[in-house]
Amino acid sequence: MDVIFQTWPWYVSGFLIGVVMLLLIYFGKNFGMSTNLQSLCAMTGLGKRIEYFDFDWRANRWNFVVVLGAMAGGFVAVHFMGDPSNVTINPKTIVQLSQMGIEAPNGKLMPSALFGDQIWQSPKSILILLIGGVLIGFGTRYAGGCTSGHAISGLSNLQLPSLKAVIGFFIGGLIMAHFLLPLIF
Amino acid sequence: MNVLKYFLVGFLFGIVLTKSEAVSWYRIYEMFQFQSFHMYGIIGIAVATGIVGIQVIKRKNIRDINGLPIEILEKPLGSFRYLIGGISFGLGWALVGSCPGPIFILIGAGFFPVIIVLIGALIGTMIYGALKNKLPH
Repeated sequence: MDVIFQTWPWYVSGFLIGVVMLLLIYFGKNFGMSTNLQSLCAMTGLGKRIEYFDFDWRANRWNFVVVLGAMAGGFVAVHFMGDPSNVTINPKTIVQLSQMGIEAPNGKLMPSALFGDQIWQSPKSILILLIGGVLIGFGTRYAGGCTSGHAISGLSNLQLPSLKAVIGFFIGGLIMAHFLLPLIF
Repeated sequence: MNVLKYFLVGFLFGIVLTKSEAVSWYRIYEMFQFQSFHMYGIIGIAVATGIVGIQVIKRKNIRDINGLPIEILEKPLGSFRYLIGGISFGLGWALVGSCPGPIFILIGAGFFPVIIVLIGALIGTMIYGALKNKLPH
């Protein structure tokens, strides 16, 4: 049973993510999480003012159900399937993080420095999360997909546009991780 | 079963992303520092599984659950939108450590500060929607 509670190996996890995508294709749908952002905006009636949101979001309700399932899966995995050995990252990474004032994981998925309850009292922390979200939302809709739509679905279907998007993801990610994060923290 | 099957696929997705720690800010940081193979392995195997699966679907003309032919969407041609949109996405991904799937998974798991990331992502989506016709694609 221990294997269930420990960190799942990359080859098992990667295979299962591929299976999730293929199952959705078999159901006649496609694997794309960021489409839900567009549907959520459309739900509020923004379609009356902005053409991009003027579509029948009800046709994407199945994707909201996938999201609800994913949220339930996250809840079960965090509350009933955790183990102190989780999130064993590279010791070098831990040293780098401590220089930025971010604590070692010690089994936790998320650093308290960014996601602890104290952030509600810190305008800077709230702004960081908000700006991160804006960059993600704007970027994924401009590029027409995120990690699921481009990196997994698009590359699996050998789409050149998806390769360009993934290259963009990594250019942005590397700039943030190497140059901007040390300035922010 | 009609609705349940989507819930179950989502449930599997949520468990796998959490137990593989792909939802973890730490794993994303470690990936962008090239200090672990873990995330590259996950994405690589997911894509390899997907390539094989899609080739089988195409060559055997496999039909979907309703007996209809499977059509896999092709992405529109272009470069600018993919690179610039991709860079914006990557900046956000490395800052808050979560892409859209994990944003929902983490909120479900009880990491409520991630709700701020979701609000930001919805604002970003609205900004794109409002500017769409003015942006080069």
